[in-house]
Amino acid sequence: MAETIKMTKPLISAEAISKSYFKGQHKIPVLQGAGLKANRGEFISVIGQSGSGKSTLLHVMGLLDSPDIGEVILDGTRIDNLNQKARDQLRNHVFGFIFQFYHLLPELSLLENVMTPLMIRHSIFGYWAKRKEIRDAAMDIINQVGLSHRIKHRPSELSGGEMQRGAIARALVGKPEILLADEPTGNLDAVTGRGIMELLNSLNENQKLTIVMVTHDEAIAAQAHRTVRLAEGRIQLHAREDAA
Amino acid sequence: MYKLLLCVRYLRTRYIALASIISVMLGVATMIVVNSVMAGFTSEMRDRLHNFLADIVIESRTMEGIDDTDRQLAAVEAAAGEYIAAMTPTIDVPGMIMFEDPYNGKTITTQVMIQGIDPESKGLVGPLRDYLASYNPEIEDGVVIREAERSRAEPLSWELTASAARYREEMKRQEALEIRGAFEDDSLSVTNTPHENRAIDDSPDFDPVSSNPSTNAAADESKPLDDDAFLQDPLVKQPESQIQTGAYPARVYIGEGIVSFQAQDPDTGKLHKVMLRQPGDDIILSTVTVGRPPEIVKMNATVVDSFRSGMNEYDTSIVLMNIKELQKNRGMHLDNAITSIHIRLKNYDDAPKAIAALQGAFPPGTVTIKTWEEKQGLLLSAVEVETAILNVLLFLIITVAGFGILAIFYMIVVEKTRDIGILKSLGASSNGVMSIFLYYGLGLGIVGSTAGVALGLVFVRYINQIEDGLSWVTGRKVFDEKIYYFFEIPTYVNPVMVLSVALGAIAIAVLASILPARRAARLHPVRALRFE
Ligand SMILES: Nc1ncnc2c1ncn2[C@@H]1O[C@H](COP(=O)(O)OP(=O)(O)O)[C@@H](O)[C@H]1O
Ligand SMILES: [Mg+2]
Repeated sequence: MAETIKMTKPLISAEAISKSYFKGQHKIPVLQGAGLKANRGEFISVIGQSGSGKSTLLHVMGLLDSPDIGEVILDGTRIDNLNQKARDQLRNHVFGFIFQFYHLLPELSLLENVMTPLMIRHSIFGYWAKRKEIRDAAMDIINQVGLSHRIKHRPSELSGGEMQRGAIARALVGKPEILLADEPTGNLDAVTGRGIMELLNSLNENQKLTIVMVTHDEAIAAQAHRTVRLAEGRIQLHAREDAA
Repeated sequence: MYKLLLCVRYLRTRYIALASIISVMLGVATMIVVNSVMAGFTSEMRDRLHNFLADIVIESRTMEGIDDTDRQLAAVEAAAGEYIAAMTPTIDVPGMIMFEDPYNGKTITTQVMIQGIDPESKGLVGPLRDYLASYNPEIEDGVVIREAERSRAEPLSWELTASAARYREEMKRQEALEIRGAFEDDSLSVTNTPHENRAIDDSPDFDPVSSNPSTNAAADESKPLDDDAFLQDPLVKQPESQIQTGAYPARVYIGEGIVSFQAQDPDTGKLHKVMLRQPGDDIILSTVTVGRPPEIVKMNATVVDSFRSGMNEYDTSIVLMNIKELQKNRGMHLDNAITSIHIRLKNYDDAPKAIAALQGAFPPGTVTIKTWEEKQGLLLSAVEVETAILNVLLFLIITVAGFGILAIFYMIVVEKTRDIGILKSLGASSNGVMSIFLYYGLGLGIVGSTAGVALGLVFVRYINQIEDGLSWVTGRKVFDEKIYYFFEIPTYVNPVMVLSVALGAIAIAVLASILPARRAARLHPVRALRFE
């Protein structure tokens, strides 16, 4: 029950985010006051048409981009206006990203890809001192996503599903609090996509991982605890299976 | 850590980076080879110049020279004796040499510098023994074709070697026979054969015993340098009993380049040296007396030896002669005058002190006192300027390689745009991303430089073998030792030069990667991630 009380305060919230792009002189508004809250351990899906600004919202929440107007609040602290260094740190420690196109680094093996966030976190000497720990952590995660037989392979030698599992392992190796998933199944066939969704669900259930996932696929969105719809730059007030 | 890992991976997987490594490598290797060869040539040339010239040269301002050798030497000794290891009096005077080409019978006359020396003390000032043919074996294409005729222990002198004396005697006898034959024959056609021309050497007017200025001047008037006169006179006046087979009192070591040429062997196609005058042969020198106005004086002289200092300029223009005879012929013997003193110092670093001390020993305005470097200043500074310009040009080559790196890095940054976005999404800082590319440039520079240094050093080490190979492939000598008098291409590897070339190349590689690295660092992560 203590959990429930804690949950009343959202872990992350994007409040009244506006963001527009300029194409030449033309201002193209993408987000117009979109707001989104996610409690600790919650699995939220954001559904919207292609081009509706889902990715943009996710990038703003994950500090890859800054909003024109609005705030991003993590555990009660505003984070969108922090300096570059702090933002880098937060991305490394608090957020884990997975993308539609996996975005693994082609020159590195799967194991090296998974270790990358920890290599970024530690200096050369820090890495050298903890290399065994780091390797073990990465191997552990790779085991969880079921890829331990593929650690030496380059991304180009893996299937789409395997690459996405690898990307999930990389997102989780730094023990983030929030996983931001941008159409994780968008490039996969239905069966493989279901496998990925099962993996995400089990991570959410077993490790109480907070997940914000965007997708344009209703069936995929339906697998989250809660679904919100993004249209015309705003979150439409339509809730399904609301946990609250 | 990821920076190093990625940078190593990029180095290993981007073959285009190999192109920049190779260009850096070639630039570095070229610079090392060229500098080493230039340094080798320069130090060899300096050595040769230095050895021939001695450390300090005191020169009279006039051709008449300064009187009283012994007093001068004593004055020098008194002024700067503490610095001086050895010194030798010298007379330098321009002159002409005349001798006959035994192959086509033509008379060769060229301008030379006659240097009156005392071999014994000259040998203490410079390595005269190393220059003289009789003290050294004759080597052609690395093979000894004639052993040294004198041992190194034998003192330097104006004596003919036994074989040269025998050769001379044989030759004179031969000539006498031919002359008599021609005389009896009374046929002019015979006089056209080359051997006939040698009769000139036996002309009684060039009486060796009385070869002093006055008689020679007289001879000059009575016997103009006219071919017919040379040929006719001996025939008429020379009885067999008076044939002179002993050497003339005037003896010379003759610059090898004056009396030799390179001829191609028709059978093997190889070049080899042909001597026009052997030790034991005679030549005629003419120069001027110290009289006012100077008069022309002719001297019959016997070639004792030929010398090769390795400086082409000297070897084709200098005739070393016994100083006493030169004094006598120029009318300097009464005052025992000389024109210069060559000095070897105990320690060349003392040269400025020694020169300062010597300045006071001579009346102002009578002599110039210079180190060998000052005397050859123009040549030496020309070589220095040449080296400097060459280095600038070669460094430009490396800079070109730097621009290559810049272009290639830009390409790689564009190609890696998405990966840069990924790294930033994983929390990499802009500086971190930037250092990937800076490390990359550094790595490229280090690999390229190291390979270049290795290649350059190997090239320098085996430059002679490479030269042989090139000569073999192209069918003609790339580096002709006969021209340069080097059996091998001289090289000198200066470690400081190698290090600075390598570091310079690395610095250029890093500098060239700064711009692309900054571009990578500034990439907006979202823009980068959306990049396809
Ligand atoms: N850098 C940009 N410059 C201009 N327009 C952009 C840029 N990034 C995104 N957009 C536009 O913003 C809109 C939202 O994009 P996005 O967030 O990717 O949508 P979604 O992920 O929902 O498909 C799109 O219309 C896209 O064209
Ligand atoms: Mg999108």
